[in-house]
Amino acid sequence: MKRRTLLASAAAVALAFSGTAMAEDKTKVGFVFVGPVGDGGWTTEHNNGRLAVEEAFGDKVETVFQEKVPEGADSERVMTQMALSGADLIFTTSFGYMDPTINVAKKFPDVKFEHATGYRQSENVSSYSARFYEGRAVIGHIAGKMTKTNKVGYIASFPIPEVIRGINSAYLHAKRVNPDVEFSVVWVYTWEDAAKEADAAEALINQGADILMQHTDTTAPMLKAEEAGILAFGQASDMIAAGPNAQLTSIIDDWAPYYIERTQAVMDGTWGSQNTWHGIKEGMVAFADMSDKIPTDVRAEALQMIEDLKDGSYHAFTGPINKQDGSAWLAEGETADDGTLAGMSFYVEGITGDIPN
Amino acid sequence: MDLSSINPVLLIASLMVSATPILLAALGELVVEKSGVLNLGVEGMMITGAICGFAIGVNTGSPVLGFMFSALCGALLSLAFGILTQYLLSNQVATGLGLTLVGLGLSSLIGKPYEGIKSPTLQKMELPLLSDIPIFGKMFFSHDPMVYFSVALVAAVWAVLKFSRAGLILRAVGESHDAAHALGYKVVRIRMLAILFGGACAGLAGAYISLVRVPQWTEGMTAGAGWIALAIVVFASWKPWRILIGAYLFGGVTVLQLNLQAAGAKVPIEVLSMSPYLITITVLVIISARGNHGAPAALGKIFHASR
Repeated sequence: MKRRTLLASAAAVALAFSGTAMAEDKTKVGFVFVGPVGDGGWTTEHNNGRLAVEEAFGDKVETVFQEKVPEGADSERVMTQMALSGADLIFTTSFGYMDPTINVAKKFPDVKFEHATGYRQSENVSSYSARFYEGRAVIGHIAGKMTKTNKVGYIASFPIPEVIRGINSAYLHAKRVNPDVEFSVVWVYTWEDAAKEADAAEALINQGADILMQHTDTTAPMLKAEEAGILAFGQASDMIAAGPNAQLTSIIDDWAPYYIERTQAVMDGTWGSQNTWHGIKEGMVAFADMSDKIPTDVRAEALQMIEDLKDGSYHAFTGPINKQDGSAWLAEGETADDGTLAGMSFYVEGITGDIPN
Repeated sequence: MDLSSINPVLLIASLMVSATPILLAALGELVVEKSGVLNLGVEGMMITGAICGFAIGVNTGSPVLGFMFSALCGALLSLAFGILTQYLLSNQVATGLGLTLVGLGLSSLIGKPYEGIKSPTLQKMELPLLSDIPIFGKMFFSHDPMVYFSVALVAAVWAVLKFSRAGLILRAVGESHDAAHALGYKVVRIRMLAILFGGACAGLAGAYISLVRVPQWTEGMTAGAGWIALAIVVFASWKPWRILIGAYLFGGVTVLQLNLQAAGAKVPIEVLSMSPYLITITVLVIISARGNHGAPAALGKIFHASR
């Protein structure tokens, strides 16, 4: 008797579910995040993009997200789960999700996937990224002008092209305005470990860096800069709350327009696999307010550079540029092609230290 | 390579700060293990202490209250472990692991409203006279109060374990709970107290990360420090002063490798990054190779008066 009731209720539940599934014509968009949505940096900004999608489409869309998903095998499980639960479009927002995304996408040909900052695409996997290096060029220029110790500390996460590009771009533009500038790069091998990022910041500050740049996701380095009374640039999101005095500006990754555009494409059935790499021009790379500490002339130069990058009259990697070993990379006036940039695995001339493999 | 840019005074000062959370957590766990209980939930208690201390610190504006509350929360969480393992006789390893998961989940739940906020932090306390000593003053005596507290606690735990009657009873319970029970000692009660002490220490350790080392809250910010603390206890052969050495060694190598990178040392960065773990493992292997390394005989064994 009991078993019968159980079966009956199970059937009822199943019916109810299938009923809602049929009634549902919402587009379901999934997001896989590497950090917590409140990291104040990278993931916060992706989550803002998610919220913008909800705002733009209202009832027509449902978003789901999973935060703090480790890169690697575990992320495959999360993506599979999302696809099974009926997601139509899934954004995977960290470099380390690249191969898992491709693998899962194979199993779900009807689900569209979008992978951030990678270079692999397939039938139903697009990749997208921002030209962060354009932002790095601007902050490199400001740092070169403003450092007094001529030592800029750089907290780097993993030795992947995106990070290396950032270091190169910032260094080139700092060096251009300040031949004596030196970059100290510390690799912390994590995107998200506040204590370790803080330790790295402290090591750099103790060794005389008076400006910090970070390519990690928490606001810890900014907090340390604030504490030590030095200057710093925020990463991915406006970090002014962590460093009201320290922050000169932040590079902001604005994913919202892209997320809305791609969700729309899925709704319209026009979604196709593509490789997007947007910069300042498209608004994917933006800046937080420039601090009053930046001298007027430097601010004007920085704003001019932003304009030039925006209208395309200037490319952040414009020759002559040599590689670290002294061999020529770009000739006078030559600009880097996207292919080389996408796979960049070398330092430019002048940076000391090696890139770990 | 320009090693001259590494200032040894600042290096040692920052290694003390970097090692303090591990030191506190490992010290608490040492007492727990000395009583014969293996609590693998250190990470969970730490992260819970981190968010509880942070929340109170932010709401009251007082980091001291934050620390006190974090100790309370750590102890409360360990109370759950104590009840499960001591009264309901559950498996200590499984319960401890469960505690870590509970702590991680609980902390991110409590922590949601606190993301992106800065906490009030402890002011540096320059010890009078001592901090004026050249070099050593800056190195050892210009820290925040918790650094001194952690070192004082090492001394206190050592003294209590070695010289006091209470310490003797605690060790007896950890070596043979049946014998201690036969002598009339309340094994379960003593173990509960040790577990609570361990929880409070872990809570303080967590709060040190969220209130001092990085004065902010990020989910999962203890990032495995609790596991390192567990390893340090074995590393130290269950001796308080060796806990200090172990924690400072681990913290020291962590800070040193970052400093070497910043100074542009010509050592492969991969090697530098894994060096803290490599060194800890190497020492552990050496200690294990020596055979008997002082683990309490009743460690992890379930006690029931009827058996």
